[in-house]
Amino acid sequence: MTARQERWLARGLEVTVPILVLVLWGVLSAGSETYYFPPLTDILTTFKDTWVFERVGSDVVPSLERMAAGYGIAVVVAVGAGLLLGLSPRARRAAAPIVEFLRAIPPPALLPFAILVIGVGSSMKIFIIAFVCLWPILLNTIDGVTSVDPTLRETTRVYGISPRDRMRRVMLPAASPQIFAGMRTSLSLALILMVISEMVASTNGIGYFVLQSQRTFAIPEMWSGILLLGILGYTLNGAFVLIERRVLRWHRGARASALS
Amino acid sequence: MATLARSARRPAPRLRVPDALLPWLSVLGVLVLFDVLPRIGVLPENHFPPISKTLGTLADQFTTESFWKAVGNTLQGWALGLGIAAALAIPLGIVIGSSRLLYRATRGVIEFLRPIPSVALIPLAILIYGTGLKSKVFLASFAAFWQLIVATLYGVQDVDPVATDTARSFGFSRIQRLFRVTLPSAIPYIATGVRIASAVSLILTVTAELVIGSSGLGRSINVARSGGDEQLMYALIIATGILGLALNTIFVLAERRVLHWHPSHRPGETAA
Repeated sequence: MTARQERWLARGLEVTVPILVLVLWGVLSAGSETYYFPPLTDILTTFKDTWVFERVGSDVVPSLERMAAGYGIAVVVAVGAGLLLGLSPRARRAAAPIVEFLRAIPPPALLPFAILVIGVGSSMKIFIIAFVCLWPILLNTIDGVTSVDPTLRETTRVYGISPRDRMRRVMLPAASPQIFAGMRTSLSLALILMVISEMVASTNGIGYFVLQSQRTFAIPEMWSGILLLGILGYTLNGAFVLIERRVLRWHRGARASALS
Repeated sequence: MATLARSARRPAPRLRVPDALLPWLSVLGVLVLFDVLPRIGVLPENHFPPISKTLGTLADQFTTESFWKAVGNTLQGWALGLGIAAALAIPLGIVIGSSRLLYRATRGVIEFLRPIPSVALIPLAILIYGTGLKSKVFLASFAAFWQLIVATLYGVQDVDPVATDTARSFGFSRIQRLFRVTLPSAIPYIATGVRIASAVSLILTVTAELVIGSSGLGRSINVARSGGDEQLMYALIIATGILGLALNTIFVLAERRVLHWHPSHRPGETAA
């Protein structure tokens, strides 16, 4: 097989295999009598009935709002704190044990605490999402700031650039590839915590819907919710990669020219 | 030059806290803060018991059998979840990663399944496996699996092609190449993957205990909350944090020991 043929074969496989998997699922589950694994066609019909666009306003929108709010708070706080901690080695040392400990707590363990202190409303969910998303972004921001080229750092200082401009025009851009890496990790965490917090205490939201469907043995509905969460996870990740590529275009360009 | 600049900027020597003391001081500060604030009424005492009392409760817990049983249950879920995920993901990752065609064929499926939040499968786990250990292990291994397979794939593909070609031209067989070239250079990636997967496995174990009610620390926390025993709840949350920290530390130390030969663990060098 020539390299050219192989390339085409690879490209073909990349497209056909996922389709084949879906078809296989459809065929194997067609006419399925197993209660827990309804036919794929049933799931898809339920999916259409449930999510297009029947429950979008009542479940999807509240879920996404909480997720966006929690994630947004986490990004702002973590980048701010990360920049400060990144600039001061002593503050970093002092904060290290606390950050390490808070980060190590499995996030769902904090749910009872949040329910107790904040209640079962939206703010509890936003708090828990924000709290969990904070750490990957914070640590990545610190890493990004500390690994800024020292020459660059000293140069800006020598040229008398004000601390504010230095922060905004030098440190932040230089650390942004790392910050984005942290943000990407946090995005999937946000989705996970959104689901968990809605499963534990909620009256609406996708997580609530999925668990409620299971409890009432509405199996195709449950599967449709799982499917929706999968699509959501995939779409969010894809959208993030696109935004990252756009925002960090200069970075990739700079790296490519430095290599050549 | 840096030291010169620093000393020039700070002509008068001031009283400074030694760097080594800083972490201890900050921990002490936080502890004192959370002990004093509830006592003087800044934080509501019914929601935030003074930390000294909480730590006392934690110390009491260390002597009870039920606490250690809960820890044991959680650890069991964590270990089985991680173990199953590793047994499936690492070999699979090596096989898929070694073949370009196989990698391209499965990439779409992996990339689609990976971002699916594993917690979405909680209802399914309850249906199929009930509320016991099996559910917990299923969720934990599902979540850990994706971390590990992606890390393994990266590792296998990042093998220096010159090394592989050299081994091939020296007449190494496929198996020999796998054990002498591919695996050693992929192992740092796999080790990082295992460390992250361990954290993920613990998170999912606790989630399962909390949401499904399988026995373990997660359920104990929830029981303490609904029973109105806040001190116990905080003590158990702290215990969970200590457990997470301990597992992570063990993996970091083990990694450093096992991979001491690797450039990323040699002093003065950083992994690219």
